[in-house]
Amino acid sequence: MDDLLGEFLTETAESLDVVDVELVKFEQEPNNAEILGNIFRLVHTIKGTCGFLGLPRLESLAHAAETLMGKYRDGAPVTQQGVTLILETLDRIKELLAELEQTGAEPDGEDTDLISQLNIISEGGELTEAAAPEASGEAQQEADDSAAIQVTEREVKPGEVSLDDLERAFQEAEGPEGIDLSPEAAANLSANAAAAATGSDEAKDAEGEDKKPEEEAVESKADKASAKPAETPAGDNKKEAPVVTQTIRVNVETLENLMTMVSELVLTRNQLLEMVRRLDDSEFKVPLQRLSNVTAELQEGVMKTRMQPIGNAWQKLPRIVRDLSKELDKKIQLDMIGAETELDRQVLEQIKDPLTHMVRNSADHGLETTQGRIDAGKNEIGKVILRAYHEGGHIIIEIEDDGKGLDSKAIAKKAIQNGIATEAEIEKMSDSQIHKFIFNAGFSTAAKVTNVSGRGVGMDVVRTNIEIIGGNVDLKSIPGKGTTFFIKIPLTLAIVSALIVEASQQRFAIPQLSVVELVRAHKEGEHRIEMINRTPVLRLRNKLLPVIYLSRLLGLDTSDENGEERNLAEENVFVVVTQVGPQTFGIVVDSVFHTEEIVVKPMSNMLRDISMFSGNTILGDGSVIMIIDPNGIAQQIDTETTATANDAAETADVIDMASRTTTTLLLFRADSKELKAVPLSLVTRLEEINVTEIEKSNGRDLVQYRGTLMPLIYINDRATHKEEGQQPILVFTDEDRSMGLVVDEIVDIVEDHLNIEISAEKAGMVGSAIVKGKATEIIDVSYYLPKAFDDWLENKDDTALHRDFSLLLVDDSPFFRNMLAPLLGAAGYKVTLAESATDAVRLKDNGLIFDVIVSDIEMPDMDGIEFANEIKSDPRWRDIPIIALSSHTSPETIERSRRAGFIDYVAKFDREGLIESLKECKSMLGAAA
Amino acid sequence: MTSEKRVSGVGEASTREYVTVKISGQFFGLPIEKVQDVFMPDAITEVPLALPEVAGVLNLRGRIVTAIDMRKRLNMPPNENASAQMAVGLEFNGESYGLIIDEVGEVLKLDQSGFETNPSNLDPRWAAISVGVQRLDGQLMVILDVNRLLAIDEAIQAA
Repeated sequence: MDDLLGEFLTETAESLDVVDVELVKFEQEPNNAEILGNIFRLVHTIKGTCGFLGLPRLESLAHAAETLMGKYRDGAPVTQQGVTLILETLDRIKELLAELEQTGAEPDGEDTDLISQLNIISEGGELTEAAAPEASGEAQQEADDSAAIQVTEREVKPGEVSLDDLERAFQEAEGPEGIDLSPEAAANLSANAAAAATGSDEAKDAEGEDKKPEEEAVESKADKASAKPAETPAGDNKKEAPVVTQTIRVNVETLENLMTMVSELVLTRNQLLEMVRRLDDSEFKVPLQRLSNVTAELQEGVMKTRMQPIGNAWQKLPRIVRDLSKELDKKIQLDMIGAETELDRQVLEQIKDPLTHMVRNSADHGLETTQGRIDAGKNEIGKVILRAYHEGGHIIIEIEDDGKGLDSKAIAKKAIQNGIATEAEIEKMSDSQIHKFIFNAGFSTAAKVTNVSGRGVGMDVVRTNIEIIGGNVDLKSIPGKGTTFFIKIPLTLAIVSALIVEASQQRFAIPQLSVVELVRAHKEGEHRIEMINRTPVLRLRNKLLPVIYLSRLLGLDTSDENGEERNLAEENVFVVVTQVGPQTFGIVVDSVFHTEEIVVKPMSNMLRDISMFSGNTILGDGSVIMIIDPNGIAQQIDTETTATANDAAETADVIDMASRTTTTLLLFRADSKELKAVPLSLVTRLEEINVTEIEKSNGRDLVQYRGTLMPLIYINDRATHKEEGQQPILVFTDEDRSMGLVVDEIVDIVEDHLNIEISAEKAGMVGSAIVKGKATEIIDVSYYLPKAFDDWLENKDDTALHRDFSLLLVDDSPFFRNMLAPLLGAAGYKVTLAESATDAVRLKDNGLIFDVIVSDIEMPDMDGIEFANEIKSDPRWRDIPIIALSSHTSPETIERSRRAGFIDYVAKFDREGLIESLKECKSMLGAAA
Repeated sequence: MTSEKRVSGVGEASTREYVTVKISGQFFGLPIEKVQDVFMPDAITEVPLALPEVAGVLNLRGRIVTAIDMRKRLNMPPNENASAQMAVGLEFNGESYGLIIDEVGEVLKLDQSGFETNPSNLDPRWAAISVGVQRLDGQLMVILDVNRLLAIDEAIQAA
């Protein structure tokens, strides 16, 4: 409400100033209906707002004045007496407003004197001579010396406003009663007012002198005050600056113009810098440096004028929620966190409506009825939480409710009904994918259309509005726990720092924000770009990074078919490692110049559809270059990957492996013609070795790799191996141990649903799956690992299907998670992964339930034993059987884990043991049920 | 149909002024009120993936101008003498465009009586962006419709 009040004060003060001027005009031309109409409207607005904010004194004053003006409008003769009275009323309103501003509350008192006089005139009567002066006399008592000014004010000519402000400033500055108000602000106020009021020289002179010493005395105090944002509640009036004059309303256009001019200045500065850069020893250097700094500061300052706290967009929400609460008969509490987070005015305007809509939605659809909440064992007050914070050049806004969550079934049904997806497609989708349907047009699952929402015009409009400003919206919903929407929007788009790069002799700008690092790739260097079936990848710190050639992406590379060879052979390229959301990829460019502050200018309409560019800009040397849009490239690289990655990020640590999400698979051939595949995430590196480098030791093939001996494993030991030439190998690493799996040929990297259809009969295979339309054997890395090292156990097994048996796998090693998940998936379990016990506990707190938990024992932070204790202390999870998984098999550990509540203890590579143990578990559960 | 209406709408004054330009030997007229300036296109940056008609973008006194290759737009062979090109600056929907043409001629004040709508057998690509033809002494001048000329998307779809 405080912000609302502030807005009201600013607005009303402005309106009153206008009314002052208009009234005087009106007095001169009493027959001008237009002026009267204008005044009437302004006073009416003031009255309305006062009523809305619950300010009865102001409301009744405004009402009385309005009535009289209404009479004038209806043709009653305009008397000077009447106009004077209205002006007096306005003065009174101003006084009241001034007090309201300081104390946050309307002062006590009566205005019957003015109101009755107004009523008399309204009814066509005449005032006695004495009555009018008395009324203004009252005002005079409060500020003696201001009376004269008040009188002048009435004679002010049109255009000269704010005399009243001036007067008040003087009052406050020297205030004999010592009004407790920041003197700095008052001084400010008087300065402002003085500047505006040209007609009151004497007054200014007279007061100016008195004021000065005080002004200086409080300077340090003022600094303190200005350093603190003026967000103290209005009730706390001690240091509160007057809202009315501390902000000036500036036409948005003026600001936009200013911004454009600054942008031009930045460009010119850049041009100068560019010129001086070429001169070795220039006398311009120092002044230019100064100019550069000043420009930077100016730029920042101007940017700031455009920045507004997001709270401005939230102001009306409490009221809306309050009304909704009444209308829907729900108890709703709205929490707003991070209202001070600032963002660009333009962006702010754009998200206002979507936000309002989403809050309404959360309150209406999201939250259950009070009875529903009681039945569900929840606090009967439903919560809607708005949260805003900065994150890497973006603002994240979350709208969270603790309601019932989205109804996946209803959404799926509706999606089929609307023909957006087929049943078969829905079948393959995760809940979070299904939830995204609500962003489609014409989608509302609200059972009935209410006044509030349910018309199905909501979320798609919300999404469109957000996307227009370069943002995106996402959601996460947990049944029974609530739904959270995430909106990610850019802070501002006007000026960005960009990396200038070159590809095919053309320069481009890549926004620095999305650039993670720069890597120089060299054929013989540490980092080199390699091809997997014509898909370039970069090895970067034990990870394979997908890369894309900018020149090829933009169609600048004419060598096309032979492009890879040419680029591969190239001595030097740079890889701009870029991150877009959860996706990281490399953009290959020929060279990298420098970073430059660029002014983003929108592309002309004719070029706007090119998704690779977000705009263009003029460089320091005057040339125009395109600004690369990393989002566009990310989409180009792999729309599917993005979707999957988003999915993964949003469901936090929960990955539903059971055939739903896609997995990136490395396809290769080894031993036989049939395609084999392994999840790419398991593969650390792809290497190519010369067969002559293979050494034999103890009947085993080894190769020197990164300073150690790495064992080589063959898919088929008995088959004959290559005698000469290059041999591709897949390197698997877990902690410090690596092994190389020798393959004949690396075929491709594909993205597909890993749906293992036939469990393997053959040792070393997890099963078979259809990958890109071809039957492919998925190899079981865990089978080969023990072959490489003696202490990795060896086993083989067949599996049985246990569909719909949900399993939580907790292991801190990504290697084991990645290895066991498809394995268990193949064995028919619906696997959820957690990276740590803490994550698992979070899942527990989120209300997820599993049939069985498999947990590692040795984990950082919370180990398996502690985790077990945690589980056993929670009634919801207490009865879930837990199986321990460990590489240590000392009797003590086994005993310890049994005591902690683990029902079984399996060595990490004992696949058979694990499957057996799970089977037992299942039959146990079956018996219990 | 629309072109006729347009012309009759503005044709109340009996004469109109046109900036004449020459593209591959053919005269074209641009309504003078649409033309902002005439300049030598210099340092055009090509825009990858753009429509073929878009020659690129260039910096004209701090503004970014999208340059349209009129020869390509009119389905004409490329200019052999590319160095002597000129451009006519226009503003459309608040954006700056430059039409790259061969040469700029004089400004002609022409009587509306010499104006005719497009002959029905005119190349549809031309007809889509011109309002009509003005008869000159021994020459014909095609009057270009700037709005339709720059609304490339729709024009292409229509063609």
